[in-house]
Amino acid sequence: MSGLAGHSRPSVFRHPSLAVGAALTALFVLAAALSLVWAPHSPFDIDVPHKLAAPSAAHWLGTDAFGRDVASLLLVGAQNSLLVGVVAVAIGLIIGAALGLLAAAMGGFPEDLVMRLADFAFAFPAVLSAILLAALFGPSVLDAILAIGVFNVPVFARVTRAAARGVWTRDFILAARAAGSGTLRISLEHILPNILPGLTVQATIQFATAVLAEAALSYLGLGTQPPQPSWGRMLNDAQTLMFQAPQLAVYPGLAIALAVLGLNLLGDGLNDLLDPRLARTR
Amino acid sequence: MFLATLIGASVVIFVVLEVLPGNAAQTMLGPDATPQTVAALAHKLGLDRPPVERYVSWIAGLAHGDFGLSYAYGTPIADLIENGLAVSLPLALLAMLLTTALALGLGILAAAHHRRLGDLGAMTLSQVGIAVPNFWLAILLILFFAVRLRWFAAGGFPGWDAGVGPALKALVLPAVALAAVQAAILTRVIRAAVLDVMREDFVRTARAKGLSRAAVLWRHVLRNALIPVVTIMGLQFANLVAGTVVVENVFYLPGLGRLVFQSIANRDGVVVRDAIMLLVVMVVAVNFLIDILYLVIDPRLRARR
Repeated sequence: MSGLAGHSRPSVFRHPSLAVGAALTALFVLAAALSLVWAPHSPFDIDVPHKLAAPSAAHWLGTDAFGRDVASLLLVGAQNSLLVGVVAVAIGLIIGAALGLLAAAMGGFPEDLVMRLADFAFAFPAVLSAILLAALFGPSVLDAILAIGVFNVPVFARVTRAAARGVWTRDFILAARAAGSGTLRISLEHILPNILPGLTVQATIQFATAVLAEAALSYLGLGTQPPQPSWGRMLNDAQTLMFQAPQLAVYPGLAIALAVLGLNLLGDGLNDLLDPRLARTR
Repeated sequence: MFLATLIGASVVIFVVLEVLPGNAAQTMLGPDATPQTVAALAHKLGLDRPPVERYVSWIAGLAHGDFGLSYAYGTPIADLIENGLAVSLPLALLAMLLTTALALGLGILAAAHHRRLGDLGAMTLSQVGIAVPNFWLAILLILFFAVRLRWFAAGGFPGWDAGVGPALKALVLPAVALAAVQAAILTRVIRAAVLDVMREDFVRTARAKGLSRAAVLWRHVLRNALIPVVTIMGLQFANLVAGTVVVENVFYLPGLGRLVFQSIANRDGVVVRDAIMLLVVMVVAVNFLIDILYLVIDPRLRARR
């Protein structure tokens, strides 16, 4: 990937992980979008006489223990993973970025406080906080979103603070100050746009983590509740049928792995694209 | 600092599990219980005391190793936790061991073959490893090694009384499932750290004075690359703990994670509280140990104190 030929091509081709990641992510999003308007069958249609059917023209990936169409369950499951991921990352991003900007702008005690809280929250992985929430309110997809979202807050707070501190030392901030802009205004108009690329990369990676966490929680029965199709839940159902229908345990896991792989590669690729200095050392 | 984290964590856990939810006595007795019996049980459990008083007695109990009695089983929680730890601790250690061995091997291989086939292979493997959910890998391992080859049992734990061999054997597949993701992440960290150090001047000096590539790598580079690696391992420990909760459920291992899980199903709030507190203590303690480990690894940090 070196030499003149590499440079004359559009940058996407110089970043194979970006291309593969974008393609897989697009597939994930398209599957979710498609399932809103069309699926081969309804994922709620129970057809017990045709349960555990092998793949056929009518059921591309066969049917599950209730005779539901596995391909349709996978498509609609994408919707679920996407929704949980988007909302959980949005919670973490909005609250975390606000806290991080605040910490970088104020310094001193508020900064220490925010960072100590972030340290503290790191002792609670998403799965543990979801278990606590489930113990509290009973299992639901809302608990899962909340738990994953809360877990994302310290991650974004740290990234935002670290990046924002770097921007605060730059000359154009001094100029903005001299022009009479207040701390809040500088944070929103100058700091935030400058750290947005880094936040985008982090958001992509956290999205992947959120998809994984949702799958794990739904697998444990603490996330998405039936009959709403969810990849994690499908794996849980498949595990009881491992001897009769091992193929059922393969597809949902593959879907999760491909979605997560795509998002992670996209994040890595974006990182290389936005920060070429880093790319060279990779 | 670590004490502050622990106190904060204990307050959060206490508030979440004790103050907010409905009456534990009501849940235990079911919806048909009369208000009188509920009140009597609440009094017996000490639930009618003010929250601050209950919090203090909980912490005082923990400090003395007195975890109280389980609501659901009526047995000492300390026994339940001890039984859980007898499975979870060896599992976590085995997984950590596998993680380190795998990641060191792959990470060094990738760094030594930087931008060549070995690097590409190790990095692809690592990307895939990060993307595969540990519980799915666990299911695939069961499908292949238990259902098809019948080398291992599909789950369960014979207990340490059955001998070390059979007990360890039951932990092999779970440990592999746990270690794969952790190793995938750690491989990248090790590769990056080794590559970083290899660009340092002292590495060039060591090479210039005639040391072979391998000797420089083992004697100089690895030791200097350990600091970021150990940091990440500490942060990963929290994920490992969370992972055991999930993987223990896949393999029906009677560990701490499964205890937490069953206690939630039983609405056994006190057990959940104690077990999660213990998990948090372990995570915090490991990170504390790692701070000390820095000083052992890097004499420069000792001088700075």
